[in-house]
Amino acid sequence: MDIFLQQIINGLTLGAVYAIVALGYTMVYGIIQLINFAHGEVVMIGAMTALTVIAGLAGSGVPPLVIVLAGVLAAVPVCMAVGYGLERVAYRPLRHAPRLSPLITAIGMSIVLQHVAMMVWSRNFLAFPQIFPNPVFFVGGAAITGVQITIIVLSLLIMGALTAVVFRTRLGTAMRATAENPEVARLMGIDCDRVIALTFIIGAGLAAVAGVMVGSYYGIAHYTMGFVLGLKAFSAAVLGGIGNIAGAMLGGFLLGLVEALGAGYIGDLTNLCHLPWQPDLVAARCAADGHLVLFGSNYQDVFAFLVLIGVLMFRPEGLLGERVGQRA
Amino acid sequence: MNTAVKTLTLSVVAALAVVGCGKKEEPAPATQAVAPAPQEMVVKLGHVGPLTGGIAHLGKDNENGARLAVDEANAAGVMLGGQKVKFEMVAEDDQADPKVGTTVAQKLVDAKVAGVVGHLNSGTTIPASSIYSQAGIPMISGSATNPKLTEQGLKGIFRVVGRDDQQGPAVANYLMSNAKPKTVAVIDDATAYGEGLANEVEKTLKAAGIKVLAREKGTDKTTDWKAVLTKVKGARPDAVFYGGMDATGGPLIKQGRELGIKAVFAFGDGACTDKMSELAGAAAEGLICSQAGIPVQAASPKFLDGYKAKFGIDPILYAPFTYDAAGLIIDAMKKADSADPAKYLPLLEKSSYQGASGRIEFDDKGDRKDAEMTIFAMKGGKVEPIAIIKGGQSHTVGDYIKAAGESMAAAGGAAMDAAKSAGEAMKEAGSAVKEAGKEGVAAAAGVVKEAADKAKAAVGK
Repeated sequence: MDIFLQQIINGLTLGAVYAIVALGYTMVYGIIQLINFAHGEVVMIGAMTALTVIAGLAGSGVPPLVIVLAGVLAAVPVCMAVGYGLERVAYRPLRHAPRLSPLITAIGMSIVLQHVAMMVWSRNFLAFPQIFPNPVFFVGGAAITGVQITIIVLSLLIMGALTAVVFRTRLGTAMRATAENPEVARLMGIDCDRVIALTFIIGAGLAAVAGVMVGSYYGIAHYTMGFVLGLKAFSAAVLGGIGNIAGAMLGGFLLGLVEALGAGYIGDLTNLCHLPWQPDLVAARCAADGHLVLFGSNYQDVFAFLVLIGVLMFRPEGLLGERVGQRA
Repeated sequence: MNTAVKTLTLSVVAALAVVGCGKKEEPAPATQAVAPAPQEMVVKLGHVGPLTGGIAHLGKDNENGARLAVDEANAAGVMLGGQKVKFEMVAEDDQADPKVGTTVAQKLVDAKVAGVVGHLNSGTTIPASSIYSQAGIPMISGSATNPKLTEQGLKGIFRVVGRDDQQGPAVANYLMSNAKPKTVAVIDDATAYGEGLANEVEKTLKAAGIKVLAREKGTDKTTDWKAVLTKVKGARPDAVFYGGMDATGGPLIKQGRELGIKAVFAFGDGACTDKMSELAGAAAEGLICSQAGIPVQAASPKFLDGYKAKFGIDPILYAPFTYDAAGLIIDAMKKADSADPAKYLPLLEKSSYQGASGRIEFDDKGDRKDAEMTIFAMKGGKVEPIAIIKGGQSHTVGDYIKAAGESMAAAGGAAMDAAKSAGEAMKEAGSAVKEAGKEGVAAAAGVVKEAADKAKAAVGK
């Protein structure tokens, strides 16, 4: 039971990060129907920027809390600038182009950002400085670290704040109006370009926070770290219903749980020794080792994409996709 | 920049390296190599290792080792077939990717290199080796430990480190005698190296009647080990073995400790570096790991000083072995008086060479005879060698270095002695040249020049 609880905790942590990144995908998609494949790279740039600042300040006598805050406060504007730059340089000129053009541009921007980061931060795995003691708490036999608690709580706060912005402010109303119908919104006096740019900026700011989360969780950063993370977050957004804010949050957490539980239990579930009837060959191996596993934990990364394929086949609009009116 | 200036720059770089003024010199890239003076013959030597990706630091370390040997040979001056030879290193990046490895191997074959030092990973070395062998180009790896490499029956394929079917049992035996585990979890990164080593460890453990859990796997890019480790934790193993590199091993041990796994962690040579403590912090303390050769600290002082002087950093892992691999090729060329692989390969097979990592001879397969294995433990953020295993005997590192010195002093008359005595004398400076001269053995000429250069360097300092 403690193992199951532990996998749930692992999954929730992972899911919180996916959810924050998925929000960036879904907000942009909701407003201009563009899948911003460069979003994962923005997460990476956030992690790298924070790492640089934190490593630079570490050991300078500044209190650890201030150092971490400085790292986050440096990463957020840098990512916002990157997000705005992407929109301005790569996507705005293609606003009225066929939908495939901005999509391909997004993939191109992802490659460009990766290689710029490679030139700036080298090709090595960088150690994300651990300047805080990371206390481990045991709940019913399962371990949860301070970093994990911070990630989960912080992500919930961010989601709450974002929901408030989208549904309670003038900007949010403008975003929802632009998402509904840009032409009519413009007639109502909304500056659509500004709203779209702000959407990118908010998404990038979330990505920066996610980057710091991932970096401090794994203690490692690398210029390719954003790519697979981005694809998984995209899967999470599709799972929840792309364009739907609540859907991205739900999809993120669900995907994290699926991955953790999948990787944790696929080995046991496909252990041929548990079969009631075994061919001689299998029985012999089982007698010798006690296990004969068909699929092991190395399939961990496959689950996100199995989920993606499943959703696209059976429920393309995603779990919460029917509530079109709420997208922003 | 015209050719003359380039040649000048290169020779200045080489000169600086020889004088050993301790300045950090970024080695000149291979593409900068220039058309030599007319009477010089250029001999190309290839080196391949990952220069990008998570283990680029290890690739660079290997390359530096080979480069040092090449530069020393150039500085000493080598004559082959009556012509002065300039060795040129063609350094390639295989990204630790088997597909890129074969592409790069073909590139080196097309560039008509006379010999290859590399690759670093077993997974890239094995597919590349058949390309070199077909082209008749000798290849010596300084770090590929998977037994398959030399079991393919290919001609001209060697390694100067031990094999995983020596390393696996060595680390497994050490683990069993120290931690006395009842249950062991074995994890690997699904590469030829990681999986191969993990298999050897599992075999040894099982033979000793220890329960081994179902194999868990990641990839060579995995950073999230939590799900795997949680499962492992549920089975309550007393020890965890991981076959993989330090870039993935660091997060693994860190997350293991976070989950409250109290087991002893043991890793193979790929994760036996100081980088582990950088990536995992305090969690890496107490880690046991092995290397398929002598520890870097036990390499010859000549190599250690030369490396530090040229690159301004200490060697990390397998640099002494790539240094020896390049040295072996050059030595065989000298004996054959030719850089033609067909001519020097028979002599390379019969090598008996005193390198930075000790005496090197090859068996019929191309493996190093009587290779050492070293067990390390992480103490205070550094991997410290705690035992060297040679011929089934375990030695402490201090004893080993002493014994190596004694055994060398005892054996008389061989070229190795000349080198050794000259080497010792070099430190005292002066008399070295005379002594080496008196011995009057093969290779003495080279040693004299080296000694003279060293003496000059000492005076220069």
